[in-house]
Amino acid sequence: MSETLVSIWTDANTQWVLIGTLLLGLASGLIGSFALLKKQSLIGDAMAHAALPGICIAFLIHGAKSMSWFIIGAALSGLLATFFIEKIIKLSRIKEDTSIGLVLSVFFGFGIVLLTYINHQNNGNQSGIDDFIFGQAASLVGTDVKLISAVAVLLIIITVILFKELKLLTFDPQFAQGIGLPTSFLNGLLMTLIVGVVVIGLQAVGVILMSAMLITPAIAARYWTERLDHMVIIAGAIGAFSGVFGTLLSTTTKGMPTGPLIIVAATIIFLISMVFAPKRGLLLKAIRQSRLRKQVAREQVLQTLYDFTEQEYKQYKARNGFHEQQMIKKRPISNHMLQKILHSLEKEELVRRTGDALWCLTEKGLIEAYHITLRNRLMEVYLMNEMNYAHFNIRQDQSMDLLQLPEKVLTELQQLLKQYGREPLVLPENINSGKRSYHRYASLGGK
Amino acid sequence: MSYEGWILLTGSLVGISCGIVGCFLILRKMAMLADAISHTVLLGIVGAYLISNSLEGIYMLIGAAIVGILTAFFVQLLHSSGVQSDAAIGVVFTSLFAVGVILLSLFAGKVHLDTDHALMGEITFIPWDILEINGINLGPKAVWMLGAVLVFNLIIIFLFYKEIKISSFDPDMAVALGIPVLLIHYLLMGMLSLTTVASFDGVGAILVVAMLIVPGATAYLLTDKLSVMLIISAIVGVLSAFAGYFIATIFNVSISGSMAVAAGVIFAITFVFSPTHGLLSRWLARKRLQNKSA
Amino acid sequence: MNPVTVENVTVAYHRKPVLQEVSFSVPEGKLIGIIGPNGAGKSTLIKAILGLVPRASGDVYIYGKPYKQQRKLVGYVPQRGSVDWDFPTNALDVVLMGRYGHIGWFKRPSKKDVEFALSCLEKVGMKEYANRQISQLSGGQQQRVFLARALAQDATVYFMDEPFVGVDAATEKAIISLLNELKAQGKTVLVVHHDLQTVKEYFDWVLLLNMRKIAIGPTEETFTMENLQKTYGGRLTFLNQQHAIINQQ
Repeated sequence: MSETLVSIWTDANTQWVLIGTLLLGLASGLIGSFALLKKQSLIGDAMAHAALPGICIAFLIHGAKSMSWFIIGAALSGLLATFFIEKIIKLSRIKEDTSIGLVLSVFFGFGIVLLTYINHQNNGNQSGIDDFIFGQAASLVGTDVKLISAVAVLLIIITVILFKELKLLTFDPQFAQGIGLPTSFLNGLLMTLIVGVVVIGLQAVGVILMSAMLITPAIAARYWTERLDHMVIIAGAIGAFSGVFGTLLSTTTKGMPTGPLIIVAATIIFLISMVFAPKRGLLLKAIRQSRLRKQVAREQVLQTLYDFTEQEYKQYKARNGFHEQQMIKKRPISNHMLQKILHSLEKEELVRRTGDALWCLTEKGLIEAYHITLRNRLMEVYLMNEMNYAHFNIRQDQSMDLLQLPEKVLTELQQLLKQYGREPLVLPENINSGKRSYHRYASLGGK
Repeated sequence: MSYEGWILLTGSLVGISCGIVGCFLILRKMAMLADAISHTVLLGIVGAYLISNSLEGIYMLIGAAIVGILTAFFVQLLHSSGVQSDAAIGVVFTSLFAVGVILLSLFAGKVHLDTDHALMGEITFIPWDILEINGINLGPKAVWMLGAVLVFNLIIIFLFYKEIKISSFDPDMAVALGIPVLLIHYLLMGMLSLTTVASFDGVGAILVVAMLIVPGATAYLLTDKLSVMLIISAIVGVLSAFAGYFIATIFNVSISGSMAVAAGVIFAITFVFSPTHGLLSRWLARKRLQNKSA
Repeated sequence: MNPVTVENVTVAYHRKPVLQEVSFSVPEGKLIGIIGPNGAGKSTLIKAILGLVPRASGDVYIYGKPYKQQRKLVGYVPQRGSVDWDFPTNALDVVLMGRYGHIGWFKRPSKKDVEFALSCLEKVGMKEYANRQISQLSGGQQQRVFLARALAQDATVYFMDEPFVGVDAATEKAIISLLNELKAQGKTVLVVHHDLQTVKEYFDWVLLLNMRKIAIGPTEETFTMENLQKTYGGRLTFLNQQHAIINQQ
């Protein structure tokens, strides 16, 4: 094992292969990010499968194995496949997914036919084309790798130079057109970039799994950032790492195809990203969510108690506590959760037990509940009239953000609250007087 | 039956099974899920072999059905956790397929399967793998397996025809009527996996996709009635199998590949010449309209 | 007993509330318009009643029993855009789908079902299109096929989601006369509607909705400027234009 490792670092060909797969991974991560955001991930799959007949025809015409011919053949048949996919969607009632699957499978079938034809012609002579199916990086020779690396570098340079334009194209093609960008040219360019990265990856990764090189690093990178430029860099890095990792493992294990190993490496990074990434990762999301759920449940209980208090107040009844079952019916919550929250609220001296499963707000609790209720009802009014306030950009799950609104708007919202008859009626300081007064929200220390 | 006869019968059974199941996938806009599942059953087959240490059809069916449904489930899971659906399909099937290929390569010496076989199938060997009970020759195993899956599919479709139809056309209405739409979805996924694995020996994992999608898409351009679409799709499947076989014998090339190509040619002809939805008839209709208005 | 009773229904997508504690009951044999601005949760209300979107809380009763036990009493007309009209099926077949709830598992539509479906198509003036592929129908005709399907459900309570959107004048008339016929048979129809101009003309009752129930009641009493202002909030310029219309009628 250590000997093979040493030979990897000293063998010039292996070094070239590693550089090649590194650049390939980088390019596919970069371009894959755009393909992903443009929702064209599966087009890459179709192109890769469709490249097979192109490679075979190139072999038949040229008569020998030649990387540059293969690349040309693969690119042409890949582009032809995308052309067919688009035409079928446009000219018939067949939908996109069917069209992709149809073209992909027929092209691939034709490729297999040609492949068997070539193998029979050569009387079992290895043409090396078989390697294109699952990828065999080790079979690359120096000149091939140099060609692949050169094309990869070219693709990377084009992407970097036109980053701004491609970004606009994926985000808002109509706007891009509006400001005079040649969108159809850029679309074609993006397609060509995708085809380019697919064809140079075929020898190392193989036609079947090449699409994953476009999809997996990009989708993994998506978990780490909200910015396209960062995403593209991260995706490129993940692609490069997977490429090198897969190549190393495959050259040390006999008979192991490179493509699957590269893809498994990328998938593992994807899974790690999905679970552990900050912000978007599932783990931290779950933690945040459970914290949020607790907070929401706490506010929910307080608001429910407030609602009940308000109702009784309207009917000039005495407050003597409200039953737990009543609370659950008003705003569904598990009994376990309710007990937990009531218990912690009791510790905070916000609620008071008044009997068996009966609870009411304390004076302190009423203040807290009042604020929560006011805020939630303001939010409600805000949402009801969202169109008028859309420019304030309040996140819908963050009623706290309301406090950032200008005073004028808050007053307006309060007015609406009154109009809808939704203003909280029970005010902490004059709870017994029965007088209804409305304080400006900010002065109540809502901050 | 002759050697050739068995091959044609196998191909036709693949064509019919895939053609029928494929129609529903096309109508439910899940063609790419078919692509995904046809790749991932490889893992199911290899996994089933490694666990059971046997190449019996029944283990393969179970393994493939499990992995097939898992694929659909994982795609759903990723999608609901915020990954866009095409990318979700892409990630799931490539990774499961990659694991399948790696396992296959690691245990290559022990499994009679190899990667070429997985890809292209070996329809030419099928007539030699005979099912024998008490020394009586009952014909190729693959034919029995395909036949059984076809009968199973037909029974399911027959029993739940209207439920499958309404949950494909108008899932909201189906839910409102109390039809278990999710159950129907997984039922179809199960049928898809079984069909794929049964066809696996014949046409290989990847070319199953052609048989699943192309006949259905062809039928979709020829009729406006679901039941007729199913029948036409089955016929196109059989035609592709026959035509593919003869092309393959003439040029001495892969039979399964030729079947896919034949299906593609039939589709192309339909695409242009279909009397209702073809390019030509629509062009003529437009011309006529223009003349009338002129 | 009230045909539809909604109690305290709340619906939220993620954390954004779409419907808040909506409660109401409707009387039997009325045409009820559900009115409110875009995004007010009108369609969501119907979907929540029919169990198509999960409710965060609340209960729905159809003639005093939960919806699940009363499915056969309920007919539904979804928005036309919610299905793929390229689906290989004809108008009659779509209408027959309305019978599926009555036919039950494992059985095919009987001759009687087909006859019934044909009579439903006739009622919406579409009998001669029974064998027409659905993609070859105009928007208005497709809407009428959906109405016929709801009729085929032979329900007592109907929910219709924006049936008047994008239809021609003839279809609009056909829908109106159909609604009135249903009413004459003592059936209850709830219709999501967004054209304020026609509210007074079409509906006996209105439910004004903007996330919350603003008001519900007979049109004359409920469809007032004050309630509209509450429903549409600050969009006063828009309402002022409507004002003249309301007074006119």
